[in-house]
Amino acid sequence: MRKLSITLAALGLATQAGLAQAAPEGDPEKGKQAATMCTACHQADGSGKHVEGGESWPRLAGLNAEYIAKQLHDFKSGKRQNASMMPFANMLSDQQIADVSAYYAQMDATPGQGGENASEAVLKRGEQIAERGDWSEYVVSCKSCHGPDSRGAGATFPGIAGQHAGYIKAQLKAWQEGSRSNDPQNLMGAVAKRMSNEDIHAVAVWLANQSPVAE
Amino acid sequence: MIRTLVYTALSGTVLFSATAAANSYKTGAEIQQYIDTLTEMGFPAPEEDQLVHIPPTMEDLEEADIHPKLKQTIRRGYDLFTNTQQLRGENVFNNMNCSSCHLGEGRMPFSAPIWPAAVTLPDFRGKNGHVNSLEERIAGCFAYSMNGEPPAYGSDDMLALSAYHQWLASGVEMYPKQDIYGRGFPAPDRPEQLSYSNGEKLYQQKCAVCHSEDGSGLRVDNQTVYPALWGDMSNNWGAGMVRIFTAAGFIKNNMPLGQPNSLSDQEAWDIAYYMDNQERPQDPRYTGDVEETAEMFNNFHQHSMYGKDSAGDGGLLGDHENTGDKPFLKPFNVGVPRNFEGNTD
Ligand code: HEC
Ligand code: HEC
Ligand code: HEC
Ligand code: HEC
Repeated sequence: MRKLSITLAALGLATQAGLAQAAPEGDPEKGKQAATMCTACHQADGSGKHVEGGESWPRLAGLNAEYIAKQLHDFKSGKRQNASMMPFANMLSDQQIADVSAYYAQMDATPGQGGENASEAVLKRGEQIAERGDWSEYVVSCKSCHGPDSRGAGATFPGIAGQHAGYIKAQLKAWQEGSRSNDPQNLMGAVAKRMSNEDIHAVAVWLANQSPVAE
Repeated sequence: MIRTLVYTALSGTVLFSATAAANSYKTGAEIQQYIDTLTEMGFPAPEEDQLVHIPPTMEDLEEADIHPKLKQTIRRGYDLFTNTQQLRGENVFNNMNCSSCHLGEGRMPFSAPIWPAAVTLPDFRGKNGHVNSLEERIAGCFAYSMNGEPPAYGSDDMLALSAYHQWLASGVEMYPKQDIYGRGFPAPDRPEQLSYSNGEKLYQQKCAVCHSEDGSGLRVDNQTVYPALWGDMSNNWGAGMVRIFTAAGFIKNNMPLGQPNSLSDQEAWDIAYYMDNQERPQDPRYTGDVEETAEMFNNFHQHSMYGKDSAGDGGLLGDHENTGDKPFLKPFNVGVPRNFEGNTD
């Protein structure tokens, strides 16, 4: 079990959330207790759930701890808005945020859902967008920021391979509409705004079918 | 699949006059859409009589009516271009892929698309003072930008890379007379003053999230995600990117990733200036004396900070023997002249 020291600089919170103090160190054991109120949606194994036609719950298991903590702080401060999630973030102290983040980060990542019935042509397009982008539309490949196989790059660029298709789609649409804008420097927003609905669907189902960790 | 057009603007309306390309079936409307995307991203529209070419994609290659063996070769060239790190330790001694600077797989206008080299070479290059072939041009980027040793001329890897360049130029006439739209990294006008401290501040605000505070970039699972902008794992002092105007042009047109043309001209130049005031591996043309080398290659280094005092705290820039991870100074292709003067006309 590893403890995490989440520094301000690494979180990029110093300027972004205007936090004045260093974030506390997370304890996964304590995080497990705090996480009991999260399981209704994110499930006991942190796998979340793809909900077809409804609101999907993201997989948290295996995500980067600093990334998780940043999102929880953003929900709490209102920088990221979601009616289902915000009340739960609001219940967490800074210490509990560090603890649950450490807890989910050390869990084994589970497979993505929602890409099962996609056609081959759609998956092929999704792969192109994720791996190579479509520069004639100025859509930059996902992996150029989200890292090799889109499994994440550092604390700022979360793994999106093996995330649920419904959740990926909802986030891309939220960036397009402007209802999610907590990314640093509008990096994600600028990409999402250039995507068509078809490409959002294609990349979401392709990513959902990929393994979240190297096999 | 082949889309080569000479673009003519006439009193506000846009006219296309297609050059004779045998297998051209890209419509004017499709070309217009391509240009609309670029202008939406803040790039200038083509000027009158500029050559606009939309290079074929890897999807087009699948459909192409060419020998399957040639397709394999082009695919290998593409793979080498976008994952040049597979040659690390042999031909590449830094964190770069060719596509680290030539964005969009070498196809993007304003990101030094690579196909023009295939239709304009052999030609004289001021940089080495002789007539260069396409292979020599590619070798140049290996020696400087990749801080490496090029694959041998005529080798499988060289053939594959050239085939990829040439395939991208499909349908363009050799030695075109028109100016090529989006060639190179066109630099914005140089502002009167360049500010190191403003460059540093902007760098930390806009670039460090990816390229890291110390310019070293980020690697994950032994693959480059964010290339190094300076330091041992970046291009050496002989690479085109060390000319401040080239870096300013690259940055303005391509960075931050996904947000081209979002910086002002002044901002792009200040960041480029800040970047160029940092250390990097020695220029392979180094004579043992940095000031002498800078003087000898003044047509190049007048545009860089090499051999000058750093505006930061770096001291005399380039005054060292450090070749980065490359265990030697000079690759086989550097300083090798060609001369046809013995041949009478
Ligand atoms: C009522 C269901 C529900 C409960 C309970 C819940 N969440 Fe969430 N959570 C969501 C939804 C829905 C989202 C996606 C929000 C969005 O679309 O922006 C989410 C998003 C998140 C994210 C962002 C993930 C990412 O990849 O960006 C984190 C972190 C998170 N929740 C943590 C928690 C924690 C910790 C708890 C318990 C303290 C919790 N959630 C309880 C529904 C819930
Ligand atoms: C220019 C960099 C960049 C590119 C390219 C990029 N992203 Fe992102 N993306 C980000 C950043 C940064 C975040 C984290 C935002 C935050 O901190 O809230 C992010 C977050 C996301 C999220 C939310 C993850 C989560 O757990 O909530 C999804 C989904 C996503 N990106 C999908 C994509 C897809 C699909 C592509 C390719 C079409 C893509 N991204 C390309 C920078 C990028
Ligand atoms: C560090 C950045 C960088 C990297 C990496 C790089 N190049 Fe270049 N390349 C440049 C610059 C700068 C130019 C000159 C652009 C100009 O004309 O201003 C250039 C020019 C070229 C040209 C000529 C384009 C023309 O318009 O004629 C070719 C071909 C080329 N590079 C191929 C390659 C290949 C192949 C690789 C990988 C082995 C590579 N480059 C790696 C920066 C880079
Ligand atoms: C979202 C991440 C991101 C941001 C922010 C970003 N870059 Fe880059 N940059 C990249 C990536 C990725 C590449 C390589 C392109 C590729 O591999 O597709 C790159 C390539 C480069 C290169 C050419 C390769 C090299 O190492 O020299 C330079 C120069 C550069 N960036 C400068 C900048 C500057 C200056 C800024 C700030 C204005 C900046 N970048 C902001 C991701 C980023």
